[in-house]
Amino acid sequence: MALEQSNASDDGVNSMTNCAGLPAAEALRLYRGMLRIRLVEEQIAARYSEQEMRCPVHLSVGQEAAAVGVCSALGPNDQIVSTHRCHSHYLAKGGDLNAMMAEIYGKATGCCGGRGGSMHLFDNAAGVLASVPIVASSIPLGVGAALAFQQQGKEHVAVVFMGDGSVEEGVWHESANFAAVRKLAVVFVLENNDFAVYTNLADRQPKRPLTDLAAPFAMPAVEVDGNDVRAVHAATLDAVAAARAGQGPSLLVLATYRWREHCGPNYDNDLGYRSVADFEAWKARDPVEAWARTLRAQGLLDTDAEDRMQRDLAAEMAAACDFAKRSPMPDPRSMGGTVYA
Amino acid sequence: MLDSNLRTNERLITASDAIREATEQAMAADPSVYVMGEGVADPKGIFGTTIGLLERFGAERVIEMPIAENGLTGVAIGSALMGQRPILIHQRVEFCLLAMEQLINNAAKLHFVSGGVHKVPLVVRLIVGRGWGQGPAHSQSLEPLFAYVPGLKVVMPATPADAKGLLLGAIADDNPVIMIEHRWTHYASGRVPVDPVPTPLSGPSRMHAGDACTVVGTSYMSLECLQAVRALAEEGCHADLFDLRVLRPLDINPIVESVRRTGRLIVVDTGFLTYGIGAEIVARVVEGSFGSLKAAPRRLGLPDCPTPSSRGLTGSYYVTASDIAAGIASLAGVPAVAAVVGDRLREMRGELPPDVPHSSFRGPF
Repeated sequence: MALEQSNASDDGVNSMTNCAGLPAAEALRLYRGMLRIRLVEEQIAARYSEQEMRCPVHLSVGQEAAAVGVCSALGPNDQIVSTHRCHSHYLAKGGDLNAMMAEIYGKATGCCGGRGGSMHLFDNAAGVLASVPIVASSIPLGVGAALAFQQQGKEHVAVVFMGDGSVEEGVWHESANFAAVRKLAVVFVLENNDFAVYTNLADRQPKRPLTDLAAPFAMPAVEVDGNDVRAVHAATLDAVAAARAGQGPSLLVLATYRWREHCGPNYDNDLGYRSVADFEAWKARDPVEAWARTLRAQGLLDTDAEDRMQRDLAAEMAAACDFAKRSPMPDPRSMGGTVYA
Repeated sequence: MLDSNLRTNERLITASDAIREATEQAMAADPSVYVMGEGVADPKGIFGTTIGLLERFGAERVIEMPIAENGLTGVAIGSALMGQRPILIHQRVEFCLLAMEQLINNAAKLHFVSGGVHKVPLVVRLIVGRGWGQGPAHSQSLEPLFAYVPGLKVVMPATPADAKGLLLGAIADDNPVIMIEHRWTHYASGRVPVDPVPTPLSGPSRMHAGDACTVVGTSYMSLECLQAVRALAEEGCHADLFDLRVLRPLDINPIVESVRRTGRLIVVDTGFLTYGIGAEIVARVVEGSFGSLKAAPRRLGLPDCPTPSSRGLTGSYYVTASDIAAGIASLAGVPAVAAVVGDRLREMRGELPPDVPHSSFRGPF
């Protein structure tokens, strides 16, 4: 989803029109990218009870702006690493939807051939290097990719998606320190959804701005509204430009909120670990709807265009689910075939 | 010294020199090979095994690493995914315990989980300490922890030639390979080819041929076994001695075939007996050649006790060549030979204290 300049978008809108500082076509692409993630996740939630997706799912509903804002500032050769909550990052970076759905259905055509499930999404062609469901475990992998870029003389950038829990792990500090001392082209993207499963950030960390985490490593840090796709996109462009220019790593802190339960398809406000008032306040700040309102106000999105987009994406979802369901289960004889190269 | 009969293109060098030479040759041949570790660029250069590499290849490929074992293991893995071939070095096995998360969750699984798309051509060199009071957290033989994990390969060279060959084999391999070096094997000198010839990471090597008993050693214990087996041979008791070399993937066939011939097995490894390498070898042999066994297989190894520091305690902690000779002789049904050979082996070691590898050693590592 690299920023491209063209005179007409897929939706026939003149891209030279500006929308909050973005060309119109790009502004619409951001919206489409977020809406696509929302619809994919909602479809997974809706179909989960069919008992065909038999693996844990950590849905990204509510956090779409972080994924799309960041990945829209990257080129195809830039690499991202992600966590257990990786659907949005994978899709935003251009990961193959059919391969994702097939993986969640446990099929041979899945991106891991059924070996990984929903928490291990990767797509080499799209630059989704790895997703790892151990908190903070993928952070050094991203730093290692940036080390390779430096050693190979390439100007690519590695983006590390991480949650607010990950900075409690030692490996975050180890990785940030090394990235800083070697001036590696890494952008650490900290999505703060305020919860590690059911435990509030305030119960896990002292009160201070999360941007302070960059200070021990003499690393620049910026906090932007994680539900504002334009702000995320702009901040990422700056961080990526600095990284490509050899200025080293930086930290983006994006405040956002997970709407559904930590793992699974449901809402879980009945459990009482977070307040319904907070949930409703965040829901009122829906990143997809907020950007739609901006586009509508600029005259870039009307009901027809929205309907068309919804229809196209729904058809794509349905096709991906069909693909996954029709695909064969992996052959058990192939299980041990990839233990060693 | 293991063997002084030189072939063309060979010299007598120590294992630490052989490791340094292999690393330099691999780095010269392939720009994607780099080394990283605590001390790789310092004046001591990991017991001499990385001396001179910084000057030749520069700080981008000889990375003096922060004290951050897990993070930097992940960094090495990430770089390997992007086509680099890192050699990560820890001066003691124990330092790598901090990095088990990355090794087991990521290095060992990324090829598998990606359906064969990702490759992790990573080498991790780990050094087992012994002697001079290094004690419970600098002297552990923990190879079963690594050998337990599918997706990792584990090698333990005993000889200088294997130190060079197996390291080159590990660097050329597209899988994560853990190379565990016993510190006392570093001092052994032997014939080593000049050319960089990788040894395939497969199967044990036969160090001595015979029919009286099958002996399997690992790492430094293979050198102790060799002393015992040579001394026994002078008394007419010829054992079939294997250095296991490659713990994973394990090729048990040459050992099973040997036991079918000898009917007797003794395994001597550097680690603990309980749940150890010896237990796995005995289990495989019993499964593979139960009907050939003429006596219950035996294991020698460390007691269920952490390594103490004082030489007053370690004297009886480690298995010696005379213990091994006694074990072989009793299994082979020639117990009288054990006493003669035991005396000779003790005489060879002379007044050397139990906490040093050789008479010129002056500490501290």
